[in-house]
Amino acid sequence: MSDLLANLGLGLSVALSLQNVVFCFLGVLLGTLIGVLPGVGPVATIAMLLPITATFDSPATAMIMLAGIYYGAQYGGSTTAILMNMPGEPSSSVTAIDGYKLARKGRAGPALATAAIGSFFAGTIATIVIAVAAPPLARYALKFGPPEYFSLMVMGLICAVALAHGSVIKALGMVILGLLFGLVGADIFAGVDRFTFGIRELTDGLNFAAVAVGIFGIAEILRNLENERARDAMVTKITGLMPTKDDLKRIAAPILRGTALGSLLGVLPGGGSILAAFAAYTVEKRVSKTPEEFGQGAIQGVAGPESANNAGAQTSFIPMLTLGVPTNPVLAVMMGAMILQGIIPGPQVITRNADLFWGVIASMWIGNAMLVILNLPLIGLWVRLLTIPYYVLFPAIIAFAAIGSYSIASNEYDLYALALFGGLGYILVRLGCEPAPFLLGFVLGPQMEEHLRRALIISRGDWSVFLTRPLSATLLGIAAVVLLIVFVPQIARKRATVFQED
Amino acid sequence: MKRSLIAAVFAAVSLIAGGAAAQQQFPSRPITLIVPFAAGGPTDTVGRVIAEAMSRDLGQQVVVENVGGAGGTTGAARVANAPKDGYTILLWHIGMATSDTLYRRLPYQTLNSFAHIGLVTEVPMTIIGRPRLPASDLNGLIDYVKRNAATVTMANAGVGSASHLCGMLFMSQIQQAVTTVPYPGTGPAMTDILGDQVDFMCDQTTTTTPQIQTGSVKAYLVTSPNRLEQIPNVKTAKEQGMNFELGIWHGVWAPAGTPQPVVDRLVRALQFALGERPVAQRFAALATSPSKKEEATPAALEAKVRSEIARWKPLIQAAGVYAD
Repeated sequence: MSDLLANLGLGLSVALSLQNVVFCFLGVLLGTLIGVLPGVGPVATIAMLLPITATFDSPATAMIMLAGIYYGAQYGGSTTAILMNMPGEPSSSVTAIDGYKLARKGRAGPALATAAIGSFFAGTIATIVIAVAAPPLARYALKFGPPEYFSLMVMGLICAVALAHGSVIKALGMVILGLLFGLVGADIFAGVDRFTFGIRELTDGLNFAAVAVGIFGIAEILRNLENERARDAMVTKITGLMPTKDDLKRIAAPILRGTALGSLLGVLPGGGSILAAFAAYTVEKRVSKTPEEFGQGAIQGVAGPESANNAGAQTSFIPMLTLGVPTNPVLAVMMGAMILQGIIPGPQVITRNADLFWGVIASMWIGNAMLVILNLPLIGLWVRLLTIPYYVLFPAIIAFAAIGSYSIASNEYDLYALALFGGLGYILVRLGCEPAPFLLGFVLGPQMEEHLRRALIISRGDWSVFLTRPLSATLLGIAAVVLLIVFVPQIARKRATVFQED
Repeated sequence: MKRSLIAAVFAAVSLIAGGAAAQQQFPSRPITLIVPFAAGGPTDTVGRVIAEAMSRDLGQQVVVENVGGAGGTTGAARVANAPKDGYTILLWHIGMATSDTLYRRLPYQTLNSFAHIGLVTEVPMTIIGRPRLPASDLNGLIDYVKRNAATVTMANAGVGSASHLCGMLFMSQIQQAVTTVPYPGTGPAMTDILGDQVDFMCDQTTTTTPQIQTGSVKAYLVTSPNRLEQIPNVKTAKEQGMNFELGIWHGVWAPAGTPQPVVDRLVRALQFALGERPVAQRFAALATSPSKKEEATPAALEAKVRSEIARWKPLIQAAGVYAD
């Protein structure tokens, strides 16, 4: 315990130096801005800033700023998800479901404030989790082999079906459509191209940001254009910027549950924090006494996933800092930044560069506090964005979405994807099919296939590994229970009555 | 208003004059160094280290642009089709030679589409095993692999990756095929090694050094001719009675047809960068070292590409693995 306090003290002394506070602020500010621009992601931004950070005299300063960009972007991403139905990051696609509905009801302010409060609380807890439990959590992540990941993804996809409202068949269809689009590109096991029609630019698959922004955001704009009279009423009236006492009461428990889920799942490489956001949403909908509000603007549907994704974003640093293994592309780029600073990421960082390790952790808490201070006053400004006339707002959104998608890989096919999925998204909305399960299928599908095939290669084609390994069996068990709940007639009837009114 | 008019005139004049002046004054604007992989990986790091040092010699920024995809061939194609003025150059590695066989349809010709600038560095490789693998040295590993041929697994980072090439070479050396488990990159492969999920892997020191230093994995050999000071306990192949030398060499290329003075200028900048102390220090952190001046030349790089195409062609064809 005294060790922990000494370590946190060391971290705070590093993070609170004037230089580091300034760069932490610059990081979260920049992160918020790029998060708000649909499509411009933290990977591209951090990569562009690498040469600048390489000239910093202290590696801790460089990492503190880059980390600030990362979780600042997570935060900013939810701002556009709520205001414009434009999730820039996979995890904020969950926030868009209820957050955007709230915004349309004139409650963008409370939704944004909830996101800020939830993120700050989750960030605080996750900081403590990293400080106390980083090494054991990293060891727990290593227990996840290919079979466990496969079972985890199955559970995630089943949750996606469960969280959708309306027809289960449509939700399943969306998941499968997402899986199919996820297959585009070279098969990593055989190197054979699939569904690329001989187009080289497609060998690495479709770009997530382009697909997500297209299917959520562009589709939403198209939908708004269809009825000229309804267009100006994008947001009817704005009722209050801050959450009411009742709101606060309703979000307390979701924030706690979201934080717990996010902290645990964030440690896992791959889709940890996106799974956490989806899982948190499913949990909230399940425990809610009024599940019919979900999808129509339930503030719990913002609080849970937002807390989960922020907690997950932070604990995803654990494998990189303690094992030297990045769990997502952003962290891979940050590892590059460490190498440019002459620090080799790996298990030795925690002892050999203790000031860096603890400094970055302490800065996360400071950065999260800054995000709240920065964003609460900005809520009024963001909300006023919604009053911008559509003939200015729509072209601007499309321009930013296009710039953002193209900047990721300078690949013009990402622009075609943006347009194509905008059109597809519109058709799906008209058909009453939801984009969220589609997106989860798209993100998790390729990973699920990869882990399935890898597990079977290692087991020599023996399918029983999924049931004989306890962790994997448990995860599949949970998936089975969720599936059962979805299909149990009584509940199914309740679902039907709830959504017949649509 | 007046000022902007003058500026516009200047801009127009310099545009007209630019054509003539370009050859004497190369470079007169920033240069793009294409790294054909995602930011943050080992190749990207090498690219950024030399880009920074080359900028100082050239007096113009060398900006790294990551154009990933299709095992590096997408970025290479970008450079092959770029204007032949030296403002778009490529940093790539051994993949330049192996993709010539791995891909049956390339959007450029490996030997004819590029002007060679020079070699940059040659990163050694190491064979590492999961922490609980019951083999303590190379011969123990070979023995273990042969006795458990039906169940042993070797990780790699996908077709054409350094780990894939090294694995192919290893299997052909020990005359024993092993089940390979591909991953989308070295990071996830390393996670499964650390977690005892797969048995062993051969990868660049860039990724394996920290894990070897802390004893998180078992290390069986280093593919360089001499032991490395960063991991002095890891024996070379020769010490253990095996002929197994392999390095992931990196080079810089410009589009074919780039004027000779521009090529010469780039060669000089590369040689300057490789002689810089900070470059050597950063490379040392990756357990590698800058190429010597006589290797950082067009002739040395061209010879390397030719000999490596010849070396890998039979191996890849024998394995029957293609990337397209």
